[in-house]
Amino acid sequence: MEPTPNAPADETALNAAFEAKIAAGDSIEPKDWMPERYRKQLTRMMSQHAHSEIVGMLPEGNWITRAPSLRRKMSLIAKVQDEAGHGLYIYCGTETLGVDRFDLYNQLLDGSAKYSSIFNYPTLSWADMGVIGWLVDGAAIVNQTVLAKTSYGPYARAMVRICKEENFHKRQGYEICATLAAGTPAQREMLQDAVNRFWWPALMMFGPSDKDSPNSAELLRWRVKRKTNDELRQRFVNLTVPQAQAIGITLPDPDLRYNEATKNWDFGEIDWAEFFEVIKGNGPCNKERLAARNKAHDDGRWVREAATAYAEKQAKKRQTEAA
Amino acid sequence: MTAKAAGHDDEPGIAAGEAAAGTRPVAGARRAALGDPLVELLFRLGDDRLILGHRLSELTGHGPILEEDIATANMALDLIGQAASMLKLAGELEGKGRDEDALAYFRDAVQFRNCLLVEQPNGDFAQTMARQFLFDAYSVLLLDELSRASHAGIAAVAAKSLKEAKYHLRHSSEWVLRLGDGTDESHARMQRAIGALWRFTGELFVADEVEAAAAAKGAAVDLSGVQARWDTMVDDVLARATLRRPTDTAMQRGGRSGRHTEHLGHLLATMQIVARSHPGATW
Ligand SMILES: [Fe+2]
Ligand SMILES: [Fe+2]
Repeated sequence: MEPTPNAPADETALNAAFEAKIAAGDSIEPKDWMPERYRKQLTRMMSQHAHSEIVGMLPEGNWITRAPSLRRKMSLIAKVQDEAGHGLYIYCGTETLGVDRFDLYNQLLDGSAKYSSIFNYPTLSWADMGVIGWLVDGAAIVNQTVLAKTSYGPYARAMVRICKEENFHKRQGYEICATLAAGTPAQREMLQDAVNRFWWPALMMFGPSDKDSPNSAELLRWRVKRKTNDELRQRFVNLTVPQAQAIGITLPDPDLRYNEATKNWDFGEIDWAEFFEVIKGNGPCNKERLAARNKAHDDGRWVREAATAYAEKQAKKRQTEAA
Repeated sequence: MTAKAAGHDDEPGIAAGEAAAGTRPVAGARRAALGDPLVELLFRLGDDRLILGHRLSELTGHGPILEEDIATANMALDLIGQAASMLKLAGELEGKGRDEDALAYFRDAVQFRNCLLVEQPNGDFAQTMARQFLFDAYSVLLLDELSRASHAGIAAVAAKSLKEAKYHLRHSSEWVLRLGDGTDESHARMQRAIGALWRFTGELFVADEVEAAAAAKGAAVDLSGVQARWDTMVDDVLARATLRRPTDTAMQRGGRSGRHTEHLGHLLATMQIVARSHPGATW
């Protein structure tokens, strides 16, 4: 899509056609012309999403070896495996925007790309596996259900497919929480502690407050985003409070109360200073997460080289056999 | 199963697992400790898969490429699923009220019956795949025999596992080929891995009284036949991968009677920590 010398006139027409499609609610497909800024914004969003899936494997992977029953061990492995699949699927989706997924992956490795801040918090007990499924996958679903209607076709379709699995993760996580809540005093204590640690970071997953979200207006107009960060956050709180009540768990917010007028659960002020510190790389596990991804990548280099060398040898063999 | 091995500690020739079962030393003890041979056989089968599946699960999220993370997780899932079915059946036949979780989480290392090969650490990717390949080849051949067992429960679990094991074997042998015939570095690493693990392969084919007794109860396995076919299969892949078959014949054994390498205790310490910290809890 390099502009040709007489592009300006063409581009105006193309842009008008693009805007008309957006206005009509049609989806934008890879073959369609799109403004460079739209392409950039989608590349940013999709790659951040893919990175989040991949980094998100680490905090839960941390408990696979200690899962307390074979059934839980298997479902946790399957969940982490699903996240790998999501990452791969979305990385491939970014390629429809004309970017190389390996370039994007390198940005993750060198620390220049962002991913969801939630994965920079440590997993400290088995209960975290329940709470992450319930709250973190739960928050992701609220985000992704809306993204399933995003204007870029490949991303929307990826979200439909991924959301089904995230729903399953959420149910599974909530089921772990419910089991712990009905368990021994030590199990209940473990669960409450995990909720205390993950509640606020889960609310931060929706991103900065609307007033501090510079890209929002444009993204909403292009129907890339369909709801604001604050709207989605509120929806998540409204959905989650009754679920916490149902299993007798206290959400760690003294300001949480039902507002009869708005029919919303009002909640306290988020610690945005903490949020921006984590985004900047100063969260409790940012360094560990990146180090783990880099170690896997570096340790795997000789394996990837071997696979390439072997494939080349095989191709050459087939050629000489054919000749 | 909390009987102390105290008093037998300094007796050579007695595995602590047998001591725990309250038996006396050496050869006689071995026979006396042998309960239902089908239970013992299922412990061997189930523990092999549980421990190997656990080892693979340690790698989830740390693979050399994303696709391999997915494949490794798949194999771990299959193996742990197979182990769960086998241990469940073992518990039912044993009749002491132990289910698959009680067997996985509340036995000590000396009561595990897995082979030494599967408890070896992941090492580099060559070692992980060499271990997988050496085991998969054995597993496919063994399960093939057991899938024709006259004992219906064992035949069924073997037949179901066999399908998965064939897929694993294809995957691991492809990696042996790629790494063996890839770059100089990968070749050297794979050769080293095969060499390091070779001493744990002899144990797979040692027939003892369990095999004989299990055969009499409807689960016959011809281990020498399995070994011959394993040799052919492994030799073929190694040759195509430009790898040498190790010539050293000094073999380690002990897993089948609960005498493990030092690695197993650490693996179990991790695996069992949560379950054992909350005895009686439901998860
Ligand atoms: Fe996901
Ligand atoms: Fe998920």
